[in-house]
This record gives sequence, C-alpha cells and structure tokens, in this order.
Amino acid sequence: MEKFKKFSGIVAAIDRPNVDTDAIIPKQYLKSIKRSGFGVNLFDDWRYLDPGAPGESNAERRINPDFVLNKTPYDHAQILLGRENFACGSSREHAVWALMDFGFKVVIAPSFADIFYNNSFKNGLLPIALSPTLVDQLFAELEQQQDYRLDVDLENQLVTNAVGFEMPFEIEDFRKYCLLNGFDDIELTMQHADHIKAFEAQYYKKFPWL
Amino acid sequence: MAAQTLYDKIWAMHEVRRDDDGTRLLYIDRHLVHEVTSPQAFEGLKIANRPIWRKKSILAVPDHNVPTIGLEKGITDPVSRLQVETLNQNCDKYQLVEFKMGDIRQGIVHIIGPEQGATLPGMTVVCGDSHTTTHGAFAALAFGIGTSEVEHVLATQCLILNKSKNMRVTVDGAVAEGITAKDIVLRIIGEIGTAGGTGHTIEFVGEAISNLSMEGRMTLCNMTIEAGARAGLVGCDQTTIDYLKGRPFAPTGENWDKAVAYWQTLHSDADAIFDREVHIDAASIEPQVTWGTSPEMVISINENVPDPASETDRVKSGGMQNALDYMGLAANTPCKEVFLDKIFIGSCTNSRIEDLRAAAAVVKGRKVADTIKLAMVVPGSGLVKQQAETEGLDKIFIEAGFEWREPGCSMCLAMNDDRLEPGERCASTSNRNFEGRQGKGGRSHLVSPAMAAAAAIYGHFVDVRILDRNN
Repeated sequence: MEKFKKFSGIVAAIDRPNVDTDAIIPKQYLKSIKRSGFGVNLFDDWRYLDPGAPGESNAERRINPDFVLNKTPYDHAQILLGRENFACGSSREHAVWALMDFGFKVVIAPSFADIFYNNSFKNGLLPIALSPTLVDQLFAELEQQQDYRLDVDLENQLVTNAVGFEMPFEIEDFRKYCLLNGFDDIELTMQHADHIKAFEAQYYKKFPWL
Repeated sequence: MAAQTLYDKIWAMHEVRRDDDGTRLLYIDRHLVHEVTSPQAFEGLKIANRPIWRKKSILAVPDHNVPTIGLEKGITDPVSRLQVETLNQNCDKYQLVEFKMGDIRQGIVHIIGPEQGATLPGMTVVCGDSHTTTHGAFAALAFGIGTSEVEHVLATQCLILNKSKNMRVTVDGAVAEGITAKDIVLRIIGEIGTAGGTGHTIEFVGEAISNLSMEGRMTLCNMTIEAGARAGLVGCDQTTIDYLKGRPFAPTGENWDKAVAYWQTLHSDADAIFDREVHIDAASIEPQVTWGTSPEMVISINENVPDPASETDRVKSGGMQNALDYMGLAANTPCKEVFLDKIFIGSCTNSRIEDLRAAAAVVKGRKVADTIKLAMVVPGSGLVKQQAETEGLDKIFIEAGFEWREPGCSMCLAMNDDRLEPGERCASTSNRNFEGRQGKGGRSHLVSPAMAAAAAIYGHFVDVRILDRNN
C-alpha cells in the first residue's frame, strides 16, 4: 500500500444521504477478478445514460452531463464530500477500488457504513467523519466556489482550506499509523503468528468439536 | 465477573491479543467463501506466497453468478463463468471444501452454512458478504468483511478489529397472526433507520423473537446490516439446538453433549448493560412494504406513501423526493394501490423452506394476475428445492403461474440474467431496494414471502391477512 501523504485536492460533492455501494459500483462490474479498472464505472448508473456491461468500452456510451463527476474540474477531484451513512450496503471492496481508481484519496461525510470504513483503510483511502454542521458548511462553501479545494494533513489530523479554515478530525492511532507508513495488515499480524498458535492450542482443547 | 452481553462473551472467547492502542486480534472459526469477493484475495496470497492458515475453517460455494435456468448449458456469460471457474480452481488448488454447481448442496452461501450445520453457536463467522449477519441467528458472531479482510483471514485466521458497542432491540409481546420475521425486521429498520445500528452489534430479544423459528431468526439477523449494525445476534435456546442436531457439520456423540452444555450459556447475563436499548411493541406490527430506495423507507400495508413536504429536515426531504422520483410514485399513494410487474421470491433473506411454505399457502388454488409479467421462486439451495418438491410446493407455484427456478442469489442483485428492466416494479422478498439493485432503473419493494405471493395474485399489494391461507 502507498504511504498516505499530505495533499491538496479539488472537492466534488454528492448531496444525498445513504449513498449505497450499489450506486458507487453496480453489481455487473463485480464480476471482474481484478482489483483495478473500476474507476471508469464509478457511479455508473448516475454517470452514464446508457446501460453498461463489464468488459465493454465506455467510449460509445452517452454521459450524463448533469452528473458532477462528468463536469470540469470535478472530473479530476480527489476529495469526495458526501452525506450521512455514506457507502451503506454490501461489503464490496470494489467500491473503494472504484473511488481510488477514479482518483479519490479522501471521502468526507458525517458518517460512514462500518464495512466501507474498514475497507477504505486497507487500501489507503482516508474516510473523514466531520460533524453534520461542518459538512453543511463545506457544502455551502463548495456551492460558492467551483474549484473549491481542501488540504488534508493526516499527520496532524487536519482539514484546512486556503482562507485559513481549520477542521481537526479523529482517527484511531493504529489506522493512522498504517496509512502513514503504507503498512500491510497481514504482514503486521504475521508478526504475532506464535501468539495465534498458542491461542489455538488452548482454544481447541476447550472446544474439541470445532 | 461483571455481567456480560452475549456479544461480550463471544468476543472474549476469541480475542487472541490486545494492543495498547485498543486494537485487537480476533480469531475466526468459520470462513464462508463465494466467487465474487474472493478472487483478488486468493491472488494476493499467491503473490505473497502465503499458505492458508486453517483450510478446515473454509466452506466455499458459487452463488451470485449462477444461472437459475438452463443449467445444462452451464454459465453462458463468459465474465460470470470465469469468476465461478476461478473459485473452482482456487478451491481445487488449496483443497478446500466447495459445493460446486451441480452439487445438491450448492446454494446461497448464507442458506447452506446453517443448513449444513457449518454455523454453530459461539462461533465467529465471516464471509466477504454483508449478509453474513444471517448467522447471528445461531448466537454466532457473524459479520461481512471486504476482500482485503478475506485475504487476511485466509492467511492468519484472524482479523484486526475494534470492538463495537452493545445494542439491544426488544420486541415486546407476541406478533399478530400472519406477521413474519420480515415484517418485524423491516419495522425495526423503519424505526431506527439504516444507520441506526452503525458501530453496534444488535442483540434481539423478547417474546416475539423467542417465538421465531430458526428460519425466522435468520431472516431477522440477515437484515441487521440494513440497520447499519455490523452484526445481529439471537441467544441460543432449545430451538437453536433442535435445529442443529444431526446436521452434517454439527458435532456428534460426546462432543455434541459438550457443545450443547457450552451453547446453553450463550445468552446475555440478566443484568448485562447495553449502550443502547430500543423497544418495539410486537402487537403494533403490520405487514410491511418498502416504498423508497432505502430499507428504512418502509410503511405498513394500510398506510400511504409519505409526503416529502411533511419532512422538515432538508436533506431527508430531498432524499425522499429523489426516492419517489426514482420509484415513479406520487406522495400519499395508498400502499394497496401500488401495482407490480414482477414478483421475486428468493434471496438469502427469504428462500428457506419455511418461506416457500408461507408463499405456497397463499398461492395454492389461485392464479398469478394477468398483469404480472413474471413471478418467480428461487429456492435458497438444492436441498431446499428438493424438500419443497417433496412437499409438492413446486407444483402449487407452477400451477398458479410462477416459474420454479434453480438455487442462487438471482434477482436479489441481478448478477446473473434474472433482473428488472428499467421502470419495472417488483415485489421482492430480498433485502435491498437501492436504486438499480435488481437492474438499472428497476423499482424494488421489499416484503415478506406471503405478501409477495399475495401481490402476485392481485397484481398489486394487499394485506395478506384478508386471504384464506391453505395451511
């Protein structure tokens, strides 16, 4: 996993609560056996007017001119602003892969669905939960300024903008440590292999039917 | 020792280690695997040259992509076929137990786990699928994980987790005649919202819950994820133990007795403290129908579709209007005046034998309305299908005008050929009414099997309780 570095990015907003993972990446694209290439089908049902199929080119499909990610400068946005319960629904990690493949590095919302929140960290996508009031404020500022940018500093847990606005955010220490260093969870857990084996020895003695 | 919740007890039994920062390593007993969320995990193992930690913990099955018709032709879509073949190859390579297509035991992963006795009380159960919550019906801590975590469990038998909070939903009293587990859970989601359980594990208690069969408890726990909770739980009782006895993966002999003695401790202590408590009056629950594009957008059959104008929160009101536009519904439309195009009885929520019996009891001796383009029943597994056929349920459905299909996930998420066309409206026994879930532009209304069957007969929603049921 790549190390998460401080960056400044364009913000794109999707102003609806309960955006689900079926909307982020529709099921037909889950047939892929790869981790890459999902970006062109991110928000597929909203982004295109014609239906799409996996393995088919998107070049011939009519794009929805009203959808935010089809407009400049949001077509190269790196921060997604959303509403409550962002990415609820299925466990598909493809939702994270699609967001990252498109170019997103951060998602800001008042709340996230648990599985998506977990999946994000495993891939280097940073989900930032801010209060509904702050998120409202960001939506309002974005409406005023088309190429609205935010700076994200994970080390200091701060979201800032050009006019000196500063919003601290919470993140668990372990997740922050892994993101900053680009650590692979499996490698970290394997360091405890002896511990797991010792656990198993007593566990199966106690529960012989398992 | 302080009083513990059921969740606390199961967690404590599985905690391998705890770091200073609160991060914990949790041991996983059962790993269910299907074709959609596993290929990248197996690929990761291969690249890092890591072995599988405990092959015995794994039970694999293809379900999302499998066709429900014309099985003799195999999977005709090459992309779907490659995904199922990849699962087969991975299971063959690592010598894992897999119920391949054509095996009578094949079916939806959350149907076959319990059916085989592969889900046992006190276990931790994971699968790369959010509806893994289903297995919580057995007092097992069961939750969905992403593909990176699938790889993590394959390689280490553990997960790095933070403990969630405890929430208890008490359904007080008994439900009225004709009210099912689906109505109970939809009502709960309507009450607490799709994010109401976020960060929590929900334990369901109360007379209405104890009265449920294992099938009903599975329906209930299945949809816990739609309330945002990571896991749902029902304590172990005699119903649980009776269901498990004699199942292929269940313990036998002396081990059975030891297991039962332990399982009987798997309920929350009487004075355990929950972070959040919700009470629902069982008697007030009527048959439920979702009207919008989130499972929390639910009303009872005798209500009208709500009006966004009556919602003061701007974001919520906008969400309601989006949903009405997508669903092609006007505010204040009576639920009973919503007409359907298709009927889907199936999915990991409602495709067990009891679900099919409930639907058949409504359908028996009646005909599907002429206005219904397609009504289909998709049993949850080959064994459910076989049982239904032994009872003659297939004939009841076919005579009424239903299609009787082969097992799989089918039109719950339309990864195979079973789907809605744009604008089509469906009464579905599945779990998600999201935009495009059952096909781009498709409109899904979530209901119980009996309510779906009644809608098939009338062509629109009706209160199933007005019908004579041929039990």
